[in-house]
Amino acid sequence: MPELPETVSTNPAAGAVPAPAARPVARARRRRRVRLYGPLDPRIYFSVAVAAFVAMLLAWWLASSLNVTSDLFLPSPGRVWHRAIELARDGTLENATWASFRRISIGFLISTAFGLPIGILIGTYRIAEAAIEPPVDFIRYMPAVAFVPLSIVWLGVGESQKYMLIFIGTFFQQVLMVMDNVKRVPREYVDIGYTFGLRDVGVLLRIVLPASAPAIWDTLRITLGWAWTWLVVAELVAAPNGLGHMILTAQRYFETDTIFVGILTIGLLGLAMDQSMKLIGARLFRWAETRQG
Amino acid sequence: MKLSIAGLHKVFDDGDRAVVALDGATFDLVENEFATLIGTSGCGKSTLLMVAAGLEEETAGQVLVNGRPIAGPGRDRGMVFQTYTLFPWLTVQKNVEFALRAEFGKGERRRVARDHLALVGLEQFANAYPSQLSGGMRQRVAIARALSYRPEILLMDEPFGALDAQTRQLMQELLTRLWEQHRLTVLFVTHDIDEAVFLSDRVLVMTNRPGRIKLDIPIALERPRHFELFSSPEFLEYKAQLLASVREESLKTAGFAA
Repeated sequence: MPELPETVSTNPAAGAVPAPAARPVARARRRRRVRLYGPLDPRIYFSVAVAAFVAMLLAWWLASSLNVTSDLFLPSPGRVWHRAIELARDGTLENATWASFRRISIGFLISTAFGLPIGILIGTYRIAEAAIEPPVDFIRYMPAVAFVPLSIVWLGVGESQKYMLIFIGTFFQQVLMVMDNVKRVPREYVDIGYTFGLRDVGVLLRIVLPASAPAIWDTLRITLGWAWTWLVVAELVAAPNGLGHMILTAQRYFETDTIFVGILTIGLLGLAMDQSMKLIGARLFRWAETRQG
Repeated sequence: MKLSIAGLHKVFDDGDRAVVALDGATFDLVENEFATLIGTSGCGKSTLLMVAAGLEEETAGQVLVNGRPIAGPGRDRGMVFQTYTLFPWLTVQKNVEFALRAEFGKGERRRVARDHLALVGLEQFANAYPSQLSGGMRQRVAIARALSYRPEILLMDEPFGALDAQTRQLMQELLTRLWEQHRLTVLFVTHDIDEAVFLSDRVLVMTNRPGRIKLDIPIALERPRHFELFSSPEFLEYKAQLLASVREESLKTAGFAA
């Protein structure tokens, strides 16, 4: 070690070729914080996430105040905020949100009531899979939006038409995802259940269901997010109320600020539902957090 | 005969290719015998155990318990797998109680489960979840669970295969102690020859694909057995004999034999 500085000073080329200096640099590079799958301090994570939102708001505010485009097309954050307060005060926002919330709850519940048992069935019985999986897989690729005209012809523009659209957009995905969740239950859990003398129903209810419950809960959480899309599509086409309806009416009167309020409300509601489901899931399935290998 | 494996054939046929895993495997276990099936990996020993458990269907042949052919899995045959099969959503206590639901009331269930956890020295972990236990502890609970409902035959498929060498030896000693105290008919599967000799009254060697019983030797080592046995000359003699027999099979499958 003590020889190192001497080598540097006696070497006439040392000044021209900074070879020894390259060493500490290389070491420092290896110690850098960002690498693939690297860890991150939760506080830094949080700050970056907040900064991203602030940057988004800032960009919006900047674009609107620099008058890149007319205020008519891009209202300022301030205007949207005021509009949101107005809409909240006169009850418009509350009514619209409530109508949408009601629709998505009912539509999603209907979809889940069918998707869950059918998904479990085709995930466990090969014969059920053979009968149901191929057609479901086929229908899944038909865009739900394309069913809008048909749904109106069949059901008119009432509430049931909204449920149908949410159902078409959600159910077929749910079935396949739940099937996959159930298939991932380790075979040994099932086998050991049979050696305890359990029959099919017992194994299904007491082993397959609890073992796949955390994954199924995740599936519900993800498909609920998608259901929001179909709800808004349904409301945009024809609805007497709801957030989608609010957005559509606003478009007719060029109230871009109202459109923004509607879109942001949908985003926030989706986020709130997603996060609360995550929280509930973490509480319900505490055992799954440290999954065994 | 407690357990009879009578001319078992098992062919796995996936449509393109048929693999013969068992080709007329035949042997009997008498009551309270500890027998171990050894062979190279893929020789069909685990398949045989799965068929005996009723979890795989035989292509031909029969498995008989007390002279009666089995009809699928049942509580007369308990099973311990190599992979961890404790249910991660239940506590250790509830995992054992799970196996007891069919025949015991609530209070009785709790007591029997406790007793069996004590048997494997884990009563103080009753309220832990499986994910909080080490691999060796999980297998001890799995053994306690399999013993708790008193099956007539215990089938063990490389139960210590996933454990480190030190833990494995402790588990072997624990199992020997348990067996010596409580006696039970056990069919054990392993590829570890030391383990086979140490635990068993009898070791059966399987030929490699198609699986048949090639060698069947009684292990006349004194009981109770302790870990010193591993280095005794008699032990090493058995080991050498079995090693040669298994090695012959490995050479055949690996294509070394001319």
